[in-house]
Amino acid sequence: MDGLDDIVEEFLVESHENLDQLDTDLVALEQEPDSRERLSSIFRTIHTIKGTSGFLAFGRLEEVTHVGENMLSRLRDGVLALTPERTSVLLRMVDTVRSLLASIEATGGEGGVDVSAVVAEISAAMEDRPAPAPAPAPVAAPAAVEPVAAPAPVAVEPVAGAAVLEAAEAVVEAAVEAGVEAAAEAVVEDTAEPAHDDAHDEHADEHPADEHPAEDHHEDQPAGAARAEGQGGQQARRAVADSTIRVDVDLLDSLMLLVGELVLTRNQIVQYVGRSTDTDLVRASQRLNLIASELQEGVMKTRMQPIDHIWSKLPRVVRDLGIQCGKTVRLEMEGKDTELDKTLLEAVKDPLTHLVRNSVDHGIEAPDRRRAAGKRAEGVLTLRARHESGQVVVEVADDGAGIDPAKIGAKAVERGLVTADQLSRMGPQDVLQMIFAPGFSTAAAVTNVSGRGVGMDVVKTNIESIGGTIEVESEPGRGTVCRLRIPLTLAIVPALTVECAGDRYAIPQISLQELVSLDAEKAANAVEEVGGAPVYRLRGELLPLVRLTDVLGLASDRHDGHVVIAVLRSEGRRFGLVVDRVINTEEIVVKAVGGQLKAIGLYSGATVLGDGAVALILDVQALARRALRTETAERQEAREAAARTVAVETDRQRMLLAAIGEGRRVAIPLDTVTRLEQVRTESVERVGNREVVQYRGAILPIVRLDRHLGAYGASDREVLEVIVYSDHGRSVAIVVEEILDIVDGGAAVRSDIDDLGLLGSAVLGDKVTELLDVRAAILAADPAFYATDHSPSALLEV
Amino acid sequence: MTTATDTPARATSGQLATFRLDGDLYGVEVEHVQEVLRSQKLTRVPLAPPAVAGLINLRGQVVTAIELRERLGRRPRPADTDAVVIVVRLHGEAVSLLVDSIADVVDVDAADFEAPPDTLDGQARELIRGAYKLDGQLLLALDVQKAVGA
Repeated sequence: MDGLDDIVEEFLVESHENLDQLDTDLVALEQEPDSRERLSSIFRTIHTIKGTSGFLAFGRLEEVTHVGENMLSRLRDGVLALTPERTSVLLRMVDTVRSLLASIEATGGEGGVDVSAVVAEISAAMEDRPAPAPAPAPVAAPAAVEPVAAPAPVAVEPVAGAAVLEAAEAVVEAAVEAGVEAAAEAVVEDTAEPAHDDAHDEHADEHPADEHPAEDHHEDQPAGAARAEGQGGQQARRAVADSTIRVDVDLLDSLMLLVGELVLTRNQIVQYVGRSTDTDLVRASQRLNLIASELQEGVMKTRMQPIDHIWSKLPRVVRDLGIQCGKTVRLEMEGKDTELDKTLLEAVKDPLTHLVRNSVDHGIEAPDRRRAAGKRAEGVLTLRARHESGQVVVEVADDGAGIDPAKIGAKAVERGLVTADQLSRMGPQDVLQMIFAPGFSTAAAVTNVSGRGVGMDVVKTNIESIGGTIEVESEPGRGTVCRLRIPLTLAIVPALTVECAGDRYAIPQISLQELVSLDAEKAANAVEEVGGAPVYRLRGELLPLVRLTDVLGLASDRHDGHVVIAVLRSEGRRFGLVVDRVINTEEIVVKAVGGQLKAIGLYSGATVLGDGAVALILDVQALARRALRTETAERQEAREAAARTVAVETDRQRMLLAAIGEGRRVAIPLDTVTRLEQVRTESVERVGNREVVQYRGAILPIVRLDRHLGAYGASDREVLEVIVYSDHGRSVAIVVEEILDIVDGGAAVRSDIDDLGLLGSAVLGDKVTELLDVRAAILAADPAFYATDHSPSALLEV
Repeated sequence: MTTATDTPARATSGQLATFRLDGDLYGVEVEHVQEVLRSQKLTRVPLAPPAVAGLINLRGQVVTAIELRERLGRRPRPADTDAVVIVVRLHGEAVSLLVDSIADVVDVDAADFEAPPDTLDGQARELIRGAYKLDGQLLLALDVQKAVGA
C-alpha cells in the first residue's frame, strides 16, 4: 500500500467505480442490445482504463482492455451484433480487469494474473468463432506474453492467430503510448514473473469454460506467497476504495454554506451568552463554540487540495518556455503540500502560470548574460508556498536581472500613469508596484523596460477578485520575487468590524497590520496636516490617513476628538484608515453583493454579523487606490497652482517646511533630515549650558531653531517636534515648532535677503520662507559635529 | 416560464401579485415573487445609487433592497409609514423591492392589456410593461428585470 502513489490510487478508485457501472451496463445492454448510448458509455469506460493503464505501464491490463475496446467499438459501429456469448466474454473481461486491479493494489504490479485466455476469447468472439477452443489458449497465451518479456517490445514476431496479433498490437501500442521508459518497466515486471504465467496457463487449460476467473483467481494462486499477497490485496482494495468516496463539489459548497450559517449563529449565541450568568449555559455555549470551530475546520479541509495540483503542470511550462527562449532554467518547489481551497486553487492557477512564464521569459537572463554577470548559466526559478497567519503565501522567485525601478518609473511617466513630480516622491518599492497598473503593460513595454508586465494588471485583478493581494520585490541584478497572499478559503474570513457614522463595516484581517488609538489630547498633536492631507507619525514614519467618513461621504458621529486608526497594507503601501470605533474581530461569512453594489468599487461583499445585522465588507485595495489617488491629485493641483504664480528654477531640491514661531517659516533641505521625532519637554536634560536628550541609547544635542534664529516661539509646549540629522554616527536634534510640509525647492523665488544662520529666503507655497543654514545650526548644537569629517591628519592638528 | 423582458410590450394572461405605491396599483408576475415580508432593518450602502435603499438579512442571505418609489420617480415614502418588502427571485438571485403595501393576487387577461399610458413620464415608462384595465382601476404591470437593474 505504501508503494502506491497518488496517481495509481486515484486510478484504482476511479476504475473500481467504473467497473461496477460496467457490470450494470453490460447486463442492461443484453436487454436492449441496440442502445448505442449504453455501448458508448461502456466503450468510454474501457477506453479510459486502457489509456490510463498504458500511461501507468500496466501492460497486461492494457492488453485486455485494448481487445475489449476493439470489440466494443465494432459493436458500437454496428459491425458486430451483441450476442449472449459476446456479453459473457465482455463480462469476463471486466472480471479480469478487476483481478488485475486487485493485484495492482496489493503488490503495486500486475502480479500473476493471466490475461491471455480472456484476450483469446474476446478475439475469438470477434471473429465469430463459436467459442474459444481450449487448445488455442495455451498456445496463444505464452505467445502473447512472450513479446512483453522480450527486451525490445517493438521487435515482436506474431506467432499464431488473430488473438496473438491483437495481443501483440496491444503491447506495441503500449510501448509507443507509454514511452520507452514505461515499456521497459513493464518488461522488467513481466520477466520477473514467468512462473506465475506458466502456472496460470495450466489453470486456463484445466478450466477452459471458467465463468468466474476473478473469484477463482485467488483460490488458485499457485505460490503461497502470491496467495498471501492476493488476500492482502483483497483487504487493501477495500481500504483504498472504501476509505475514499467521491463527493459532488456542490454538496461540499452547500455544506460550507451551512457551516457558515452555523458559525454566524455560534457568534450570535456566544455574544448573547456573554451577558448571561448561567454557568451551564455558558459551558454549553463554550462547547458549541469549540465544536463549531472544529466542524468549520473539518469542512474546510474537505475542500482543501495541495498546491502541487497546479504546480505539477509548471515544470513542463518552464522547460518548454526555457527551450523556446534559449535559457536553461531549474524549477525548485518548496511547500508543495501547502493546501488551499479548491475554488481558490483554480482561481490562482492562471495568474501563477502567468507569473512563472513572465519570470522565465523576462526575469531570467540568457546564459551568456548570466555568465557575464558572474552567475551560473542555469537560472533558478523557485516556487514557495506556506501558511502564514491564516493566509497562504505563494512566491514566485527568480534569480534573474531584477527590475530597475528607474526604468519602470520612466515608463510610467511616459505612459502618463504618474507625473514626474509624483514619481519623484515615490519610494522604489512603490514604483515597482506600478507594473501592476492597468495601462502600464503593453507588448512594447516588455522589451523596452526590463521586461516585466505583460498582463500583470490582469494577474492582479484575478488575485484581488479572490480577496488576495500581490506585491513585487526586486533587487536589480539579483532577482525578483512576486508574492501572492491568498486567503485560506473564500467563504469564511477573519475580519475586524469597525463602526463609522453609526454603521458597521468589516475589514478583512488579511490587510490589517495594527490598530492605533489616540485620545483627544494625543490626537491633536499626533495627527498633522501635510499640504492639506492628514498624516500620522507612526514610529517616525509618516502614515497617510484616510478618513472612512470622507470616503463614504458620511459625517462622523465621534465628536470627542479620539482618533482610531486601522493601519492597513495594500499593494506594498501602508495607510491609516480613520474609523469611529473598533468593535470586534470575528469570523465572517462572505456573501456576494448584487451588481449595483459591486459597481461602486468599495465593497468586496457583505456579511451578516453576530446580531443579525448586515455589514458591508470594505475592499481595502479599492479604498487605498481611491483615497490615496485623489489625495495626491489634490495635492498635485495645489502645488501646480503655487507653481504657476512663481518662476520655475532648475534647482529641484526638496525642502521640509517647518514653523519656528512668530509666523516664521524655515525650509530645511530634505536630505539633511534623517528622522522626524517627538520628544517630551521633560525628558530634555542639560549638559553644561547645552540641552540634550537621550535618544536610542545615545546623547543627542539639541538646537532650538527659534532661539538659534532669534525668534521666540511658545516655550511651554509639552512635546517638542524634532528633526534628527545623523551623519557619521553622530546625530543632532533640531527643535522646531511645527512640521508643515515637504515642497520642491525648485518652484520658488529666491532672494539673498538673509540673516545670521540663514542662506537666504524663498517663496515656498505662497509664503516667504527662510532657508536654513543647516551647517551653522548643527554646529550650534554640536560644535564637534563635523570634526569626524576630517581626515586623521586634521585630527592630529587639533 | 415566460418572462416579461422577452417581449416587453406583449400582453400576457396569468397571475400578478399586486401592490400599492403612492396611490397606484402595480403588479409583478407571481412566479417571480418569492415572499413578502414586513418592514426589515436596512443597512445603508454609502455611495450606492439612490434607488438602493440598503441591504437586508433574509435568513442569513444578504439581499439588496430597491426603493421602488425612487426607482419610479415618485415622492419619498412618508417618514411615519413602513415599507413592505417583496422578495423577487431573478436568475437565481434574490432582490427585494420596497413598496407601500401589498394587495391581492389578480388574474389578468391579455385582452385587457394596453401599452403604457402616454401620461407616464420617462423614467417610470421604461419600467412599466403596460396596463391591465381592471374594474374601476388600472393595474400597471412592472417589468421586474428592469426595476431591479438599478
